[in-house]
Amino acid sequence: MAYSEQVIDHYENPRNVGKMDADDAHVGTGMVGAPACGDVMRLQIKVSDEGVIEDARFKTYGCGSAIASSSLVTEWVKGMTLDQASELKNAQIAEELALPPVKIHCSVLAEDAIKAAVEDYRNKQKK
Amino acid sequence: MDITRNYFEILGLPVSFDIDQAQLTERYRDLQKQVHPDRHSHQSDREQRLAVQYTAYLNEALTTLKSPLKRAQYLLSLQGIDTLSDSRTQLDPMFLMEQMELRERVADATDHDDPGAELEQLEALVGAELKQLQSAFVKAWEGQQLAQAEVLVRKMQFASKLQSDIEALEDRLFDD
Repeated sequence: MAYSEQVIDHYENPRNVGKMDADDAHVGTGMVGAPACGDVMRLQIKVSDEGVIEDARFKTYGCGSAIASSSLVTEWVKGMTLDQASELKNAQIAEELALPPVKIHCSVLAEDAIKAAVEDYRNKQKK
Repeated sequence: MDITRNYFEILGLPVSFDIDQAQLTERYRDLQKQVHPDRHSHQSDREQRLAVQYTAYLNEALTTLKSPLKRAQYLLSLQGIDTLSDSRTQLDPMFLMEQMELRERVADATDHDDPGAELEQLEALVGAELKQLQSAFVKAWEGQQLAQAEVLVRKMQFASKLQSDIEALEDRLFDD
C-alpha cells in the first residue's frame, strides 16, 4: 500500500520522539494499544500551571501510519489548552495525513492516546 | 462435508482450547483426502466446485485451530465476540507499559554486546508470557468468564506480535 507524502515525512522525520518522566506532576502519560495489529503508543504532555501544553513526546511501535499519527499529534498539541487537546478528533489526523480507510484506526489510536494523557494529567492534579 | 458446522465439529474435536494437535493433523489429512478436488475430477462441475470449497474450508479450519491465538479468537467468535477487527485501544496501562519496555529492548537488541543472547532472553520472556496468558485464557473460557477471556485474547495478540517481531529480527541478523 502506498503511503501519502505526509505519512512518509513524519515516518522518516518523526517529531518529538522520546520520553518524559512519568512521575513528574506536570507530565501526563497516555498509553494505548491496538490489539488487532499489536501496535503500542505512548504519548506524553508537559503542562504548565496555566493548563497549557508546553511540550509533547511520543514513542510508537507500529506501522508508518501509527507513527505519523502520533508524531503529528505531538506537533499539534503544543500550545493548546488541555480542553483543546482533548477535543482533537481522529478525522482531523486522518485528513491531514491522507490516511486510507484501512489505516483510520491508527488515527483513532493517536486520538485516544492524547485523551489518555490529558486524563492522566488531570487525575494527578486531583491528588 | 457440512460447512455450516464449525471448525471443531468438522474435524471431530471438542470445542475447547486444549486440543490434541496430533489428532487435529490426522483428522485433517483424512478429510482432505476425501474432499480433494483431484478425486472429484470425473464428477460434475457442481461436485468439483464443492470439492474446492470444502478444501478451502478445511484448510482454513486447520490454520485456525493450529495457532493458539487464532484458536482462542475463534472460540470467542463462536460466542459472538469479535476480536479480529477490534478497535478498542484501552487496556490496562501496566500491561501496555510492559509491552512498550519489551519492544524497546527488542529495538535496542541490535546494539547490544551480544544481540543473540539478548534476543534469546527476550524470546524466552515473551514465550513464558504467552504460555501464562494461554492458561489464564483456558481458565476464563472454561469458567464462562467471557469478558475476562476477551481481555486475555487481546493481550495474547500483543505478545504474539512481539514474538513474531523477535523471530523476524533474528532471521535478519543471523540467517544471512
